[in-house]
Amino acid sequence: MADRGSVELNSEECKGCGLCVEACPPKVLKLSARFNQYGYHPAEYTGAGCTGCGICFFACPEPGGITVLRLAA
Amino acid sequence: MPEYAPVHAKPHCFYERYERKAELQHQTHYCPGCGHGIVHKLLAQAIDGLGIQDRTILVSPVGCSVFAYYYFDVGNIQVAHGRAPAVATAVKRSRPESIVISYQGDGDLAAIGSAEILHAANRGELITVIFVNNAIYGMTGGQMAPTTLLGMKTTTSPQGRTAAGEGFPIHVCELLASLEAPAFIERVALGNNQQIMRAARVLRRALENQVKGAGFSFVEVLAQCPTVWGMQPVEAQKFVREKMTGTFALGNFRDRRG
Repeated sequence: MADRGSVELNSEECKGCGLCVEACPPKVLKLSARFNQYGYHPAEYTGAGCTGCGICFFACPEPGGITVLRLAA
Repeated sequence: MPEYAPVHAKPHCFYERYERKAELQHQTHYCPGCGHGIVHKLLAQAIDGLGIQDRTILVSPVGCSVFAYYYFDVGNIQVAHGRAPAVATAVKRSRPESIVISYQGDGDLAAIGSAEILHAANRGELITVIFVNNAIYGMTGGQMAPTTLLGMKTTTSPQGRTAAGEGFPIHVCELLASLEAPAFIERVALGNNQQIMRAARVLRRALENQVKGAGFSFVEVLAQCPTVWGMQPVEAQKFVREKMTGTFALGNFRDRRG
């Protein structure tokens, strides 16, 4: 069965603060081992388990850092 | 393939690109994990949600949030230190149809601007004031603010703030709640998911009050300053949740509907 939600993280806007990782209820976000062009470890989606709750969007301090999607009905 | 549709994306009332400097135009100037970024987003969501972008005028303060006008695609003014409520008063009185937001930090509002906020509140101006309290002067490098917690070490209270030496932290919500005129006063925080979502609702409510002409609305947001506190962002959020809310009690102090 498809996940109810999905999340897109803008790795070049991300400053690697980790607040979304902390906020995520199903714990499906993590900080990447790689660096983005500014030297931060950007947050990334592990790829499965997102419920589309949207809390990471509100916890993220960057305006366009996170886009939350939900399965179209 | 299952189809997904966006439900939460960058709010419309942010500019596409921020022309503050030549490079990095897609990022804010805030440090990683800064509370201002979150308050900006919640405020932008509220402006979008109420459909008031075209008549909103944001008054930026002096402090880290001085550059708010580079981010919000609304009417913008940046004013002298602490004077945002006075300027917001003038703007609202001369353009009553506009939605005027005074966005201020604790060094700006509670120290140099303490007279302006007190009298704007006492006159019951029909403006919305957002007070981001991170208990320190962030931009200038971490001096003690009027809202610094007792025992907290800053560059100007290196042994920790003491009541005898530097006085007690000022509780602005309680102070304003002693006045007759304000219509809405609430203190919220960014300490965890629940508190952030509460802050989102309260900020929207404070703007809605102005749309309805309810009166002076004031929201204090307890926010983290990871860089100057010398903490990791998640640790700083915990400090907001566990320490700041101990000194500054969350809750509503006034809710008079228009």
